[in-house]
Amino acid sequence: MNDKPEKFIDENGLRLDGRQIDEIRPMTIKIGVLSRADGSCYMEWGNNKILVAVYGPRELHPRRLQKSDSALIRYRYNMAAFSVEDRIRPGPSRRSTEISKVSREAFEPVVMTNLYPSAVIDVFAEVLQADAGTRTAAINAASIALADAGIPMKSLVAACAVGKVDGKLVLDLNKPEDNYGQADLPIAMTQDGEITLLQMDGNLTQEEFKQALEMCKKGCLQILEMQKEALKGKFGEDAAIEVPEDIDEEIDIEVMVECDIGESEDEDLEEADVSGESGEDEDSEDTEAEEEDHEVIEEEFVDLVEEETADEEEITEGSEIREQ
Amino acid sequence: MERDIVFPGQFLSENKADSGPGTYVKDGKVYSLLYGIKNARNRISVVPFAGKYIPSSKDFVIGTVIELTPSNWIFDICSPYDGLLHVSEYPKRVESGKMPGIMDVGDSVLLRVKDVNPSMKVELSMRERGLKPLNVGRIIKVVPAKVPRIIGHGGSMVSMLKKETDCEIFVGQNGRIWINGKDSDMDRLTEAIDMIMQQSHTTGLTDRVCRFLRNKEDADTDEDLAEAEEVEEDESGIPEDTYRKVDALLEETDE
Repeated sequence: MNDKPEKFIDENGLRLDGRQIDEIRPMTIKIGVLSRADGSCYMEWGNNKILVAVYGPRELHPRRLQKSDSALIRYRYNMAAFSVEDRIRPGPSRRSTEISKVSREAFEPVVMTNLYPSAVIDVFAEVLQADAGTRTAAINAASIALADAGIPMKSLVAACAVGKVDGKLVLDLNKPEDNYGQADLPIAMTQDGEITLLQMDGNLTQEEFKQALEMCKKGCLQILEMQKEALKGKFGEDAAIEVPEDIDEEIDIEVMVECDIGESEDEDLEEADVSGESGEDEDSEDTEAEEEDHEVIEEEFVDLVEEETADEEEITEGSEIREQ
Repeated sequence: MERDIVFPGQFLSENKADSGPGTYVKDGKVYSLLYGIKNARNRISVVPFAGKYIPSSKDFVIGTVIELTPSNWIFDICSPYDGLLHVSEYPKRVESGKMPGIMDVGDSVLLRVKDVNPSMKVELSMRERGLKPLNVGRIIKVVPAKVPRIIGHGGSMVSMLKKETDCEIFVGQNGRIWINGKDSDMDRLTEAIDMIMQQSHTTGLTDRVCRFLRNKEDADTDEDLAEAEEVEEDESGIPEDTYRKVDALLEETDE
């Protein structure tokens, strides 16, 4: 293994793979690739190929791990045996255990774990092909998979690495830069630039570190934009196909809007319906009379519901204040 | 009216009073917590595309018995948390020994959530009109976040579905839907619900589903006629004893 390049940056200021020093590798994102998982994402970032599945929130076993006031996040980072040229021995290693831990901690501040006491959110990140920066790629993919699973988060998390080669700082290291560079600094941050993961390997001066942090911030913002694009694009296409020939658009928008408030109302309508149904079961001849009553019942319920919704709003407001 | 797709952390409003479900407030500004669709009427809320059912008091749910204890039925309610139904919450008095006779493991039941405590112990109840074990019909599973779409504004969608398919429908908040009717009607309804799930984020859905069901009905009746003819032909081709064998097999499986 003596393939160390003589120069990492050529006279034109370009790197081995033709990128600028502050340019990230091209990224493609696919959402919802696994049907069994609650949320999933497949990401290609340069030559990295990562598959992430999210399950949960779900019941946590063994029970002794349950936290009575919040959900547990379990993050498993794993490299497939075939992900690099030399076969990796399958199973947990010192390295993968460490990466799992720091990646989990990168998500703990943003995921609203307090909403799901004693449950667990499982994140499985599988590296299918590795080419430097797999932990940051896995975090980027996991962030999307968590959003796809409908898990409440304060922000998406974007991650990116800065390194030093030939005495110069470069963004998003590739394999030779990672292997033979002088420093590697992976960072994960939220949209506000709050850092949730920071590791460093090698040496940087204080000045270089500050500069690296700035470069990384720019990189993460670019990645965040790509994550947003991917999330918006998931439904973009079919929405374009399905929307035409709308006559009663107004009514349907109402339906969407009513989703939250309307729920209690709809339940009560259901209740009225069900009582009708149970009548049928006991003596089917009564059904006609039941159905006549039906409308009256429904009207009553709508009245009731209006009161109920008012109450409900007060309650939710109260809970918000508590949250604040 | 805006119906934007939003992602976790997206800025929604300068005014913290706008914060509704699915949002959070930071430094007086409102941001989204979820990946879903933004609704901006009265307050801003975000309806997620996916997510698990989290039980809350007074919800109607459909549960499946997973365990019996001396005084409780334990239900799977499609949620991270199991539901408990105490014998005293069954409409009639039940002796402990007779509990499996009334509802046994694997049975599905219409239930109401009586109470959920902060540690997410879910207490269920059947002491309400219309709540009963289910022994006919089918159960369809959908994403709980899309249940409001199946019910529609003021129950518009669900009443349309009932009218068009002649099926009984009970929509549980936990994403399980019980339907009962003729087999062909239930097939149509299942397809209609699949359609609602796939297109839940689009507008004009109630009308489209209605049209879909009507077209389907016409097609089905044609098919039925054709099939009926075919069946008649087929019947003549099969010897009598084959039927007897099939009947015998069916009886065995019944037992």
